[in-house]
This record gives sequence, structure tokens and C-alpha cells, in this order.
Amino acid sequence: MTKGKLDPHQPDQKGASISLKGTFIAVMLLGVFILVSWFALYALFLSR
Amino acid sequence: MIANNRLLFPKKEARLYMAFMYVTFISLFVGGLMGLLQTLVRSGKYTLPFNIDYYTILTVHGVILGLVLTTYFIIGFQFSLMGKTVGISDKQLKVAWLSFWVMIVGTIMTAVTILVGEASVLYTFYAPLRAHPAFYIGLALVIIGSWIAAFVNFRQLYVWKKAHKGQKSPLLAFMVTINMLMWFIASLGVASSVLIQFIPWSLGYAETINVLMSRTLFWYFGHPLVYFWLLPAYMAWYALIPRIIGGKLFSDSLARMSFILLLMFSIPVGFHHQLTEPGINPTWKFIQVVLTFMVVIPTLMTAFSIFATFETTGRKKGYTSLFGWFKKLPWKDVRFLAPFIGMVAFIPGGAGGIVNASHQMNALIHNTIWVTGHFHLTAATTVILTFFGIAYWLVPHLTGRRLTPKLNKLGIIQTFIWTIGMTIMSGAMHIQGLLGGPRRSNFSSYAGGEQVETWVHYQLAQAIGGSILFIAILLMVYLFIQLAFFAPRGVEEYPIAEEEADAEPTPKILENWYLWVGITIALILFAYTIPVFDILKHSPPGSAPFDWPIGR
Amino acid sequence: MHLHKYEKIWLIFGMGSLALFLAIIGFAAFWKGIHPQSHIETIDPQNIEAHDAFKPENLGLHEVADGKYIVNIVASAFNYDFGTDENGNAVKTIRVPKGSTVLYQITTKDVVHGFQVAGTNINMMVEPGHISRFETVMKNTGEFTVVCNEYCGIGHHLMFGTVEVYE
Repeated sequence: MTKGKLDPHQPDQKGASISLKGTFIAVMLLGVFILVSWFALYALFLSR
Repeated sequence: MIANNRLLFPKKEARLYMAFMYVTFISLFVGGLMGLLQTLVRSGKYTLPFNIDYYTILTVHGVILGLVLTTYFIIGFQFSLMGKTVGISDKQLKVAWLSFWVMIVGTIMTAVTILVGEASVLYTFYAPLRAHPAFYIGLALVIIGSWIAAFVNFRQLYVWKKAHKGQKSPLLAFMVTINMLMWFIASLGVASSVLIQFIPWSLGYAETINVLMSRTLFWYFGHPLVYFWLLPAYMAWYALIPRIIGGKLFSDSLARMSFILLLMFSIPVGFHHQLTEPGINPTWKFIQVVLTFMVVIPTLMTAFSIFATFETTGRKKGYTSLFGWFKKLPWKDVRFLAPFIGMVAFIPGGAGGIVNASHQMNALIHNTIWVTGHFHLTAATTVILTFFGIAYWLVPHLTGRRLTPKLNKLGIIQTFIWTIGMTIMSGAMHIQGLLGGPRRSNFSSYAGGEQVETWVHYQLAQAIGGSILFIAILLMVYLFIQLAFFAPRGVEEYPIAEEEADAEPTPKILENWYLWVGITIALILFAYTIPVFDILKHSPPGSAPFDWPIGR
Repeated sequence: MHLHKYEKIWLIFGMGSLALFLAIIGFAAFWKGIHPQSHIETIDPQNIEAHDAFKPENLGLHEVADGKYIVNIVASAFNYDFGTDENGNAVKTIRVPKGSTVLYQITTKDVVHGFQVAGTNINMMVEPGHISRFETVMKNTGEFTVVCNEYCGIGHHLMFGTVEVYE
């Protein structure tokens, strides 16, 4: 462990070494699921 | 730490942790049987024998699974986490046993009172329905017992910190302390309601009770209660699962940060359970709705952390394609599979939770069976499957046995049966709830008509799902007995994950307990002071007790 | 404590979604006045008839203006009292034309009850000492089952009624 790795000016050091692309896609899909289900139920609420 | 993972507990320690596990799995069997009977009755094709009332078994189901199983598993599991990470002294062990026995006395008092039909008030025991005083006294003892456990945990960490000046506390010990702090602060609400309002009133010393106040105190406790169940699952997801899949912690600091946020925002949110009540100012309801939405944020962080742990671990093993890491997760290891399905269930569970808390939109689902479907996803799938996932290694670790490939396979089958049963049951509950079907109700054809006929189909589906779930419960109890008494001797790993060698240091401020507890209390005071003052100022004449509606 | 770039985007997206939900329900609540029912009006549960709306002769459906109705109801274990018809029989069905504005007013004489017109947004807790009120436009036709959706005792599931909305 070197001090350089903890330099706050290089916050993406870890991300650069290991890609988290799959994680990003997975959580965004989850976010879309939340949005869609909320709006679907809000529409049901308004229709009643 | 890794060497420690394979080091078994001394016998006297293991006995304590196992004592909590026995109560957990006895509760699973009893409570599960009640659940099966409920779904059968609600199908309209079965009536209970011996004049047993539907609402008696419903009360048993809620109390035994919602309050007893969860609390025993959590306290036992958390004691083992503390024992593993910071150790337990002989004196602390004695006090820990005291907590166990106080809780047992309380549990037996409560259970007997319910079973003889003197407390068919459901686990929420809403006034002015009055149960026998023994019911409330038993509940108070369970809570007091859990407080003793909480203070032992606090003491354990304190002693460790004294001996390890300047070191950060072990992550899991930190998490246990957060959960017990939250539990203690929250259960002060229900305990004061039980001790100050219910017990004197049920004994006849107080003529009336302030109904709205008692409900407000209950829900001040009721929402953190569900987070008290969820946090041990998060402990496993953050700090144990990474080890099981052959990886490291994603981030010690982010895990601590999300637990701190959960502590701060789990409590000042009880009004979202009271949105359709007449006596609370709607602006204060909305303020607590906003705070409820804040508690979603640490869960968003958790979701990212979990996926990131999976991806980092997989990529380090050399699976470089976009989702290759996902395919290569240890799907055939029940210690991973069961909690993983729990995580998946939390996606619809969490989304449903946001809907439930959405202020006026709550009228869409309030007290419909959608809510029952919701917490059978969150509590009875996310939390319980994670607890099962823990039990598969914790129980043999405590009894000096092994999870054999055969038992592992049975566990996988158990997980699938549970998943199928719950998908059918909870799915049917969600849909029936949106169609207006009420929760907590015996079979009824009401005034008849099209609406009610539609509901009955879903109730039949719930009976099918409930029966499948009961098979899964029997299998789980069998697995527990095997792991506790019959599995071959050996050493099962206690899978505590390590940090990356080059991990960022954890900021010291994350362990500033005065700060976080101070903010928590400030948020509670902000969210509750004015509305509680209003409730007391505008309170109607109190309510005399009612015994006959519950058949006393 | 560092956040990965993707985690930052995810958290901004997630918190943005939550803020959007809050903006929508907050707008409905504070600009349109669609709060969940919260009237903070109290009543003596031992003497509900002291309140005009809950005198026996005032229970049930009343047309107060063209297309505007009030329904007064008393809940008790295990019954909803919608008043009586001209023959003195208990009313079990409330009939209103589609598009009418109906104010439901309900209180309880004994324990906590629920009042839900299944399939609509009328869904209230009914607590001793409080009056529950909810005004809504009956947008859809059909027969809607009224159910008690808060446990009130061993006859809880026998507490019901019907709201019929006709063309």
C-alpha cells in the first residue's frame, strides 16, 4: 500500500483497475424497475 | 482473521448461541404451521377443528414469526458475530444467558395467553381491544430481555476498544452495535406504551387508554422493527457473502456509512404506517414520508455494493466479459444461493415499500392483503432466506459439524421450494390487494358479487403457495436437526470477509457514536415532538377496554 | 471515503427518482389538497349522537346539492350502520350516480375499525374518539364492496356493505 493510492485527487484509481460496468447496468435496470412500478401504481391510484 | 474463521467457539459460548437457534427453529415450525392453516381457511374449503378461532392462529403466526423467531435468531447470530470479532468475557456470557432466560419467560407467558384464547389481538395489539394482562407483561419481558442483550453487546465492543486503542472496531461488531442501538431507541416507544398505557389499563388500574397515542408509540417502534430484521441480513450481504463467493469487502467505509444512515432514518418514519388515520396532521405525515424516502438511500448504496462485490470478485478471477462474473457466482452453494434469492426478492419488496409510503397513494393499498404480500417478500423472503443462508454454516460451526454436499443439495431444493411457494402466495396477495381484498380477515363472502368472487380465486392461489411453503418449512426444520445433531463432525467455516490489502482507511468520524446517536435523537425529536404534543392536546375522551369482541 | 464514479451516477439517479416521487405526491398534497384523510376532529366515543352527523336519523345517504352527497356511517363491532330505509330496515347498499361527489363521514362507538370501499381510493382508519372524513368523486360505475380492513374482533370479516355507482 502506498500513500499515492489514497490521493484524493485520483478518486477513480480503483475503478480504473477493475471495471464495474456490469454493476452499473444492473443497478440502473433496478432503478428503471422502481420508476416503472411506481408510475404504474400512481396511474392506478389516479384512475380510481 | 482467516485462521479465526475456522477456529470453533469454546463449548460454553457455542451453547449460548445455539440456545437462540433452537428457539428460532421451533418458532419456524409452529408459526409456519399457523400460516398454513390460515391460507387453508381463507381458501374457503377448510374449517379449523376444535372450535379454534382464525384470529387466535393469526395472532400466534404474527407473534411467533414476527417477534419471536426474528428476535431470537438476530440476537443469537449477533452474539456469535460479537464473540467472533471482539470476544465475550465469562461475566458477559452470564448476563447474555440472563437475557435469554428473561426472553424465554416472556415468550412462554405471551404464547400461553394467546393459545388459551385470551389474547386474540394480533401482534399489533391495537387498543381498545384488551388482552389478558399476561400477554402484555410477557411482551414487556421479551423486550427487556433483548435490552439486556443489547447492553452486553455495547459492553463487548467497549471492552475491545479499551484494549485496542486507536484501532477501528471490527466492521461486524460496529454493525451489531448500530442495530442494537436502533433497537433500543425504537423499542423504548413500545415499551413505554406497554408499561405506562397497556399494563395498568388491562389490570383495571387505569379506566381508559389514549388509542391514538398507543398506536403512535407502537409505530414509532414498528418501522425500525422491520429494519432490525433487515440489518442482520445486510451484515451478511456486506461482510460475509463476499467471503463465501471468494472475494473481499467492497468498502468498509461505505458499509459503515450505510448502517449509520439506516440508524438515523429508520426511526422518525412511523407515520407512514398511520397515513390513513384521522387524528394526525397531514403536514407531519408528509414530513415523515420525506424521511421515509431518505431511508431508501442506504439501500440504494447497498445494492451497488453487492453487485460491485460480485463483479470485482468475478473479474479478479478472470471473467472479463460484461456479465461473465455473474454467471460464475457459486450458484451450487446454498450459503450463497439462499441469500441471493433474498436479495432478488428485495427488488419488488423495496419498490413496493416506496409505493406504500407515498402519502395519499397509501390509500390504494392500506390494510389490503397487498401489505401482507409486501412483507412476505421483505421479511419472509429477503430476511428469512438470508437467515437460512446463515444457518447453513452457523449451526454446524456451533455444533462442530459440517454442511455435507448432500445437505447442501437439500438446502438448494429447500430454497427453490420456498421461492416457488412464496412467488405464488405473495404474488396472489399483491394482486388481490390491488383489487381491494383486505388483510387480517377470516374467509368471508361479504355481500357477494363479482369483486368478492375474484378475490376467492386469489385466496385459493395463496393456499397453494402456503402449502408449498409449509413443505419448505418442514425441509428446513429437518435440515436444522441434521446440522445440529447428526451431520458428520468437522469444521465449517465462519465466513468473515477481509478487506482488500490496499483498501482506503476508514475515516475516524464513522465511529463517533455521540455524533450519530445525537443526530438520530435530533431527527426523532424533530419528527415527533410537535405531532405528539398535538395528539395529547387534541385527545378525545379515552377508551374503556373491550373484551367481548375478541371472545374473552 | 471515496465513491466510485458509477456509484455517484447511480445515487444521483436514485435520489433524483425519489425526489421526483416526492414532488409528485407533494404537489398533489399541498397544491391539489389531496392528502390522506386527516381531520383531527374529535368526538366522545361514548356519546357520538351528540354530533349531528351521527344522530340515528341522519345516518346514511343525503343529497346536499346537485351531484353532491354526504354519507354518514357509524361503525361498531361488527356492523356498519348506514341508517334505515322508509320501511325501517337497515340500509346495506349506498347508491350514487357516476360522477357525483361524495363525502364519507364515519366514526366508531367501540374499537378501531377500517372503512374501505374496495376498488376505490376510499380507505380510512376509524378510531374511537375521532371522526374520519374523505371526499371523492365516484369516477367509475360498478358494485364496490365495503370492507372493514382493520381487525376489530372475531366477527371482523362479517362487517361489510356495498356502494353502487350507476350510470
